[in-house]
Amino acid sequence: MIELIWLIPLIPLLGFVVNGLGRNYLPKKLIAIIGCGAVLTSFIISIALFSEVYQDRLAGGDGQIFKNYFDWFTVGNLNVSFSFLIDPLSSIMLLIVTGIGFLIHLYSVSYMSHDDGFGKFFAYLNLFIFFMLLLVLGSNYLIMFIGWEGVGLCSYLLIGFWYKNGSFASAAKKAFVMNRIGDLGFLLAVFFILDTFGSLEFSTVFSQATGMTSGDSTLLLITILLFIGASGKSAQIPLFTWLPDAMAGPTPVSALIHAATMVTAGIYMIARSNILFTLSPITMQLIAVIGIATALVAAFIAITQNDIKKVLAYSTVSQLGYMFLGLGVGAFTGAFFHVITHAFFKALLFLGAGSVIHAMSNEQDMRNMGGLKKALPITYVTMLIGTIAIAGIPPLSGFFSKDEILAHAFFANPVLWGLGLLAAFFTAFYMFRLLYLTFFGKFRGTEAQQSHLHESPWQMTVPLIILAILAIGGGLLNVPEALHGNHWLASFLQPVFADSQAIATPFHLSHETEYILMAVSALAAIAMAIFAYRKYVSNNEIPKADGEETGALYNLSYKKLYIDELYDKVIVQPLNAASRFLYKVVDKSLIDGLVNGIGSFFVFSGKGIRQLQSGYVTFYIFMMVLGVIAIMLYGLLYS
Amino acid sequence: MGTIVEQIQGIPLNHYLIFCSVIFAIGVIGVLIRRNVIIIMMSIELMLNSVNLLLAAFSAYHGDASGQVFVFFIMALAAAEVAVGLAIVIMVYRNTKSIDIDSLNKLRW
Amino acid sequence: MDNLFILLLIPVLSACILAFVKNSQTAKWIALVLSLIQVVATVPFLCNFVPDASMQFESTFTWIASLNIHFHLGLDGISLPLILLTNGLVPLIVLTTFGKTFKGNFYALVSFMQAGLVLVFTALDAFTFYVGWEIALIPIYFICALWGEGDRICVNLKFFIYTFFGSLLMLIGIIYLYHQTPNGDFEWASFKALQLPGGIQRYIFWGFFIAFAIKIPIFPFHTWQPDTYTNAPAAGTMLLAGIMLKMGIYGLFRWLLPIAPIGTQIYGAVALVLCVIGIVYASIIAFQQNDAKRLIAYSSIAHVGLISAGVFSIHIEGMQGAMIQMVNHGISVIGLFFIIDIIQQRTNSRNLSELGGLAYRMPILAVFFLLIVMGAIGLPLTNGFIGEFLLLKGIFSTNVWYAVFGGLTLIFGAVYMLRLYQNTMLGTLHAEHIQVKDVQGYEVLVLGIVSVFILYLGIFPNALLKLSEASVIQLIQQIK
Repeated sequence: MIELIWLIPLIPLLGFVVNGLGRNYLPKKLIAIIGCGAVLTSFIISIALFSEVYQDRLAGGDGQIFKNYFDWFTVGNLNVSFSFLIDPLSSIMLLIVTGIGFLIHLYSVSYMSHDDGFGKFFAYLNLFIFFMLLLVLGSNYLIMFIGWEGVGLCSYLLIGFWYKNGSFASAAKKAFVMNRIGDLGFLLAVFFILDTFGSLEFSTVFSQATGMTSGDSTLLLITILLFIGASGKSAQIPLFTWLPDAMAGPTPVSALIHAATMVTAGIYMIARSNILFTLSPITMQLIAVIGIATALVAAFIAITQNDIKKVLAYSTVSQLGYMFLGLGVGAFTGAFFHVITHAFFKALLFLGAGSVIHAMSNEQDMRNMGGLKKALPITYVTMLIGTIAIAGIPPLSGFFSKDEILAHAFFANPVLWGLGLLAAFFTAFYMFRLLYLTFFGKFRGTEAQQSHLHESPWQMTVPLIILAILAIGGGLLNVPEALHGNHWLASFLQPVFADSQAIATPFHLSHETEYILMAVSALAAIAMAIFAYRKYVSNNEIPKADGEETGALYNLSYKKLYIDELYDKVIVQPLNAASRFLYKVVDKSLIDGLVNGIGSFFVFSGKGIRQLQSGYVTFYIFMMVLGVIAIMLYGLLYS
Repeated sequence: MGTIVEQIQGIPLNHYLIFCSVIFAIGVIGVLIRRNVIIIMMSIELMLNSVNLLLAAFSAYHGDASGQVFVFFIMALAAAEVAVGLAIVIMVYRNTKSIDIDSLNKLRW
Repeated sequence: MDNLFILLLIPVLSACILAFVKNSQTAKWIALVLSLIQVVATVPFLCNFVPDASMQFESTFTWIASLNIHFHLGLDGISLPLILLTNGLVPLIVLTTFGKTFKGNFYALVSFMQAGLVLVFTALDAFTFYVGWEIALIPIYFICALWGEGDRICVNLKFFIYTFFGSLLMLIGIIYLYHQTPNGDFEWASFKALQLPGGIQRYIFWGFFIAFAIKIPIFPFHTWQPDTYTNAPAAGTMLLAGIMLKMGIYGLFRWLLPIAPIGTQIYGAVALVLCVIGIVYASIIAFQQNDAKRLIAYSSIAHVGLISAGVFSIHIEGMQGAMIQMVNHGISVIGLFFIIDIIQQRTNSRNLSELGGLAYRMPILAVFFLLIVMGAIGLPLTNGFIGEFLLLKGIFSTNVWYAVFGGLTLIFGAVYMLRLYQNTMLGTLHAEHIQVKDVQGYEVLVLGIVSVFILYLGIFPNALLKLSEASVIQLIQQIK
């Protein structure tokens, strides 16, 4: 299997090339088979690889496989090789990317079947998988960066998939540019790493870093820059506004890229570089604070959104905030655990939402939905499972991962835990609100939509069912000790985080405390579910139409805290004004004016002097005589 | 042979100098203030001849014949110059019906 | 076959032949074939080149004996990539004109310019170099002035006089150095061996720097460039942006740094700051440009600003990055200008506010355009990334803050390039463009070749980096 690692990213790339070139010539079926087959093949190889890593772990090894392919570029002492690293962390990530990727490909076969850009869509998806796999597999920061930027490109392409709509294209651009801001941070971090450690290989960097003292200022700089990179990709404050706009893309894209895989790249990267972060406590605190702030802000906004995908988008931002909170308090396993479970239930929710949108003839506003329970039974059940999972109600997967993060947060700082709990309140509320508004009550759409309602075909429901099963059982991966679990994931990932664990204060909470924390968060979620039920089902409340009077707080949430407007006023407009100013005033008038001024000086002085050329011979002779006299006088006086 | 030379030398050299300078100045002023091309050309001749006279005088005082050779040379040149100049004047007259020098001011910026 | 004169002879002869061809159809084919012969003639130099720091394929003959001027040519790792770039791009540029009706005189000028460029890139005698430097300017002046658009005469006069002014400063420097050499010659090697005192090197530095800075162009000597690029015919713009401005950067490598190492140490930082200002300044201006050509012109100022900053970083990464990015920029910019030209031919407009949605009618073009745009903004696995990464790393090693500001090009580049892409390709198609045809034939060929190079150099940059490494290392050692 080790010999086949290179095939994992290469097969989706081939799929991209074939589908990309043949998008107008190949039949849709073949395109679908190529697109799905490529990812499935990668998935199968990934499983085999995973089992190999797992065997190695069982045998007591650290489960690392390193493969070097070729020198990418060499300049002086700087040598970047194209090489892959498989370890427990990346082997799990591989499974998520290819596994969930495959399910979403399968789902798209039906979802996109009526679209003109069917071939293009699959080509892009395969390209995305390729870059995502590079990101995961890279054995140094630069190979990771290839994937890092590549997935940004695919995200751009897929958000702007329906490019004829100008605002979609703008959303795509926004996503790309905001990601680029983070990428600059990443790149600068790479430079610092290169300067400090002389290499970009993970193994070299981490082993050298282990010997450094905690709080080292270079490490602080590196980690903050890396975090800026992560916050761009994983949509954290202040760079999160692109993700809700990214919902302009087709729904499977939102599920794959903007929920399950790409946006978790930041967490993956930080988990990968955990030793650097553990050694800079200030960055860790910053990450925790930003994480929890993002979780709260996004959850607060999600409460009032009416677009079903927007709610899920803000929910994703909020959950990513959770993961960063986990990273910030040193719960690397917990954060990664949440990446896994979140991938399951959020992909499920997005695909479910896609199924709803599909049935509703592209309607996304929940105010026009309602009562879809009967028409879409499978979608309803699976989305219910997803909602329970994300809300953190035991024993579904979300409960375990969220609980682990919250427990660590409590251990680090009870305030963080309190805020995390508040975010959990919000989460449960807006998710159940979504569920009730969509599936309960009476149908509020048009008649044409009603007559068209149908459950989705098997290509769409099968992924939903599989993901639902995963969302239910995903928690078993890492059942905490307090619940007589064996912390399987933690022990599997142990070699990745070993160095950090040796440095950090060991996590310890008494079982009683853990029980109380679990109970509180579970009860909170259930309470909010009931509250939402009373509000939206028993009282039949429907969110207000646009333009109706609303409370200030509601309005603040509905208008997304005016952050987009703020960015527009503070950054975009000044830059555009600066652009016009620099062009018209500085460039055209000042600098070019100076250049032209020098030219004009000669033109004008020429105009002045040429007056002497009067054309009158007598005048010339007179001047000549004067000249002769002057010369003679000079000769007389100074000889 | 010596008599002419002696007669010339009988007059002090300064007189020649002053005399020639005066004639030359008259020529210059004539060129400057008159607008009739013919008169300007005559003034130029006057200037040339004043120089010729001076050359002859110096030649006699120094006993060096080359100065007088030079005079013949200049006279030949002046004749050629007048021939060309008068030809130009005639052409100018044909074109402009005047021999006013100030009508020839086309050659300017 | 590996006498460098042949590389001069072929374009000069081509120019002579082409000048007499009246029929445009015949002329373009002859021009293409002749420029391909030049490519073939270049191959032996690449094959026989030994990637070390030495000067190779040297050939010399006495030109003006009384002044000790020699026609001395040679290749090393710094000039070879540029020779490859020049001789590789000219056939492509000829190919881009296949849809037009230029007569032989146009192609003659292109060939003549190629000869001048080859002379610049191979000259090892300052006098010869200067001759090449000026020779290259004359044909491009006529190309732009005869086939340009808009206010072309005035714009070109400015371009010509501006660059000529710079050249004169350099000429003064060359003549001064000539008098300082022990044997009284113009040899590059003897200039390099001079080791003048620091006080004099300052003047030498500025004389050469301003000449090169105008050509490159570096802020604030850039104002001729957007106007000239905008008004020149597409092929002229490609020659200017693709190859000609590399003369300036090459000049930094070949002449400025070796001759005035102390001057560089004193004023290199100033030059570096100017370059970094130029990057940010031009990028910001590019945001709001509506003329696609002018937008790319400003982006080009930002890109070459980064390249020059890499040169002045005097770090192996930065200078190697500059070497590879010169080639990359040449390739990308030709693609970009060609695409704008295609769009302009089809729609009669290159005003971004009048375009949009062309991807719907031109899907193939949209794919090429996207790839080239990604190359221009430095996406990994395209050629632009390697260049930008190395350049920024070099600048970073000199000064962290310069790298931060220079790195803004990563963000700003994405902003204006994607705006260019979005406003032409995406959004709603205008009614009058509904009949627009997609690229075909020679257009696909050109864009395909450009794309292949963008990807190839992005994945295997070592092929190019190896050529110049030894020479660059030697240059750095000499300066330090």
